Amino acid sequence: MNQDNNNPDSELEDQTEVEPIPEPEGDTQIIETEYEIGQDNVASSWKLEFDIHQVVFTVSALGIVAFTFLTMAYQSALEPMFLALRDWLTGNLDWFFLLSGNIFVLLCLFLIVSPLGKVRLGGPDAAPSYSYIGWFSMLFAAGMGIGLMFYGVSEPMSHFGTSMGGISVGEDGVRTDWAPLGGAEGDVAESMRLGMAATIFHWGLHPWAIYAVVALALALFSYNKGLPLTLRSCFYPIFGERVWGWPGNVIDILAIFSTIFGLATSLGIGAQQSAAGLNFLFGLPTSNTALITLIIVITIIALVSVVAGLDAGVKRLSEINMALAAILLVFVVAFGPTMEIAKGFFSNLLAYGEYLPALSMPFGREDANFASGWTAFYWAWWISWSPFVGMFIARVSRGRTVREFLIAVLIVPTILSVLWMTALGGTAIGQVVNDGFTGVQDAALELKMFEMLTQLPLTGLTSLVGIVLVVVFFVTSSDSGSLVIDTIAAGGKVNAPTPQRVFWASFEGLVAIALLLGGGLAALQAMAVSTGLPFTIVLLGACYAIVRGLMSEPR
Amino acid sequence: MTYSHIMVPVDLEHADRLGKAIETAKSLATQFGAKLTFVAVTSELPGGAAHTPAEFDKKLAAFAQSQGEGLSGGVASKSYVAHDPAVQIDGILHDAIEEIGADLVVMASHVPNVLNAVWPSHGGKMASHADVSVFVVR
Repeated sequence: MNQDNNNPDSELEDQTEVEPIPEPEGDTQIIETEYEIGQDNVASSWKLEFDIHQVVFTVSALGIVAFTFLTMAYQSALEPMFLALRDWLTGNLDWFFLLSGNIFVLLCLFLIVSPLGKVRLGGPDAAPSYSYIGWFSMLFAAGMGIGLMFYGVSEPMSHFGTSMGGISVGEDGVRTDWAPLGGAEGDVAESMRLGMAATIFHWGLHPWAIYAVVALALALFSYNKGLPLTLRSCFYPIFGERVWGWPGNVIDILAIFSTIFGLATSLGIGAQQSAAGLNFLFGLPTSNTALITLIIVITIIALVSVVAGLDAGVKRLSEINMALAAILLVFVVAFGPTMEIAKGFFSNLLAYGEYLPALSMPFGREDANFASGWTAFYWAWWISWSPFVGMFIARVSRGRTVREFLIAVLIVPTILSVLWMTALGGTAIGQVVNDGFTGVQDAALELKMFEMLTQLPLTGLTSLVGIVLVVVFFVTSSDSGSLVIDTIAAGGKVNAPTPQRVFWASFEGLVAIALLLGGGLAALQAMAVSTGLPFTIVLLGACYAIVRGLMSEPR
Repeated sequence: MTYSHIMVPVDLEHADRLGKAIETAKSLATQFGAKLTFVAVTSELPGGAAHTPAEFDKKLAAFAQSQGEGLSGGVASKSYVAHDPAVQIDGILHDAIEEIGADLVVMASHVPNVLNAVWPSHGGKMASHADVSVFVVR
């Protein structure tokens, strides 16, 4: 920026002075900082080309290797410890997760209607980087695509079942059932409504508000304030210049840890689930060799995609994914109980609205199993993914106004989740209730969707689409994750040499394979989910930073 | 044989490493009375050289003016914005040749490294794909 202006005080307020550097695209409030992007990097163009943040890259890479080996070596000791840590966090701090989740949703809804929503990311004259379809496909594919495949059928079924079962109380007076709220014992219609409302609650406004907070903070501080695209930048209003030192390093390293462990363990567990699907459909083996082959195939496609870049690789795959998911959805709607799905869509939306206050209540919950075992667990999970998904969303959202951004990140995915859950889950519940078909109910989690499809025409074809979707959703998570990790590890530089992306994408695959063979997938996933706690605090800080940052922008 | 318009791709973040290539381009421009156009690719995100694409463009223009002083053929600059510059740069530079109408490209290449067997350098790639002459300065 302005090299002559050695103003040591770089508070936001001081930026009302004359801006000597040409405005980006219209008027924004660039933060004056002495920090130059890439100043803590080591770069080389000799022998091996790289450009990395020395502390963040080194600590992350070595730490991940150490953690992976430790988990494998002391699996029997660490696994119960990590699982206990996760359960303790979600069990005892469930109120904190639920309360924070509500704050994120309320902030986003407030920003949509407030005048702050007029601020445009990238300056008032910035043009959107991507068309609606490309943009939306990317944020959806990175955000929750894979979860929708596995939980779209199983979660509504599960909540429906526990609601039907009603309340059961153990000897110590504590509820032992997993029903949401008070359940609806024996009442089919009400159990369906409650089950769908609970599912939509977990896949609707709250998770997307979590992503939106991170994404908005990053986009604002990069595009409008001129800070590097890395998680620490959102903390500039809180830490000031210290954010370039160790507090920032800790935040960035933590972000890389939670991203790579989240991705690698999902890849490992997802490979097992995909293999089970392939076995169910084509009788393919589920041996370790098959699993490793699957991980390698997914990693190679992801590699090709990151090397091809954001537009030619990641965006194109995301669009293919969206198209396939749309085909599957339309098929289920058309050949399933069409009228019931159409009616269900609106009644489920209403049920969601009706039960939302009770479901999101952080205090005095009777349904402790549901609130901590399901909701708090989900919130911790979404939050541990938020650095990755948020940063990726930020990367592709330049040129949108805050209002437009929040509607697209919060409202549209929620509506789509309602539709998806209604179509897939509603169809499966209908099979049990109306047709007495219990195949889905009895199937393992990863096979529920395929069981449901066997009751519709063209099973072979739709199951194939389903399995391709699962694989491609893994690829889109993996490639966008590698892009994000590479950017953080390069101190916010997006033009670091491409071989670094190859390093991270392969690294992720290798960690997944190591954990799959050595054991410890569940342990490390529990650990990754546990990073949800520190990040919840980080996100609350980001909320403050967003409001401060937006208020200093011209509207 | 004469050249009338020389394109010089530059990396503003590593302007210090470009000395030799730029000197070469300037002497060629002086010799042929050719116009010199500096081109550069940036992302929409803040980077080491500038915080925004607009600022990047201004910096490139200033850089070009300072380098082009005293050249008879004149000097110009053009910046391109890419979603993913690390990957798109080769394609963008390739298209830039035609867009600005250059008949010679002078560019720096980094020292060939172990990865070049699978990962061609930008200069090397340009030389093998461009329709015009490419002078890769090592």
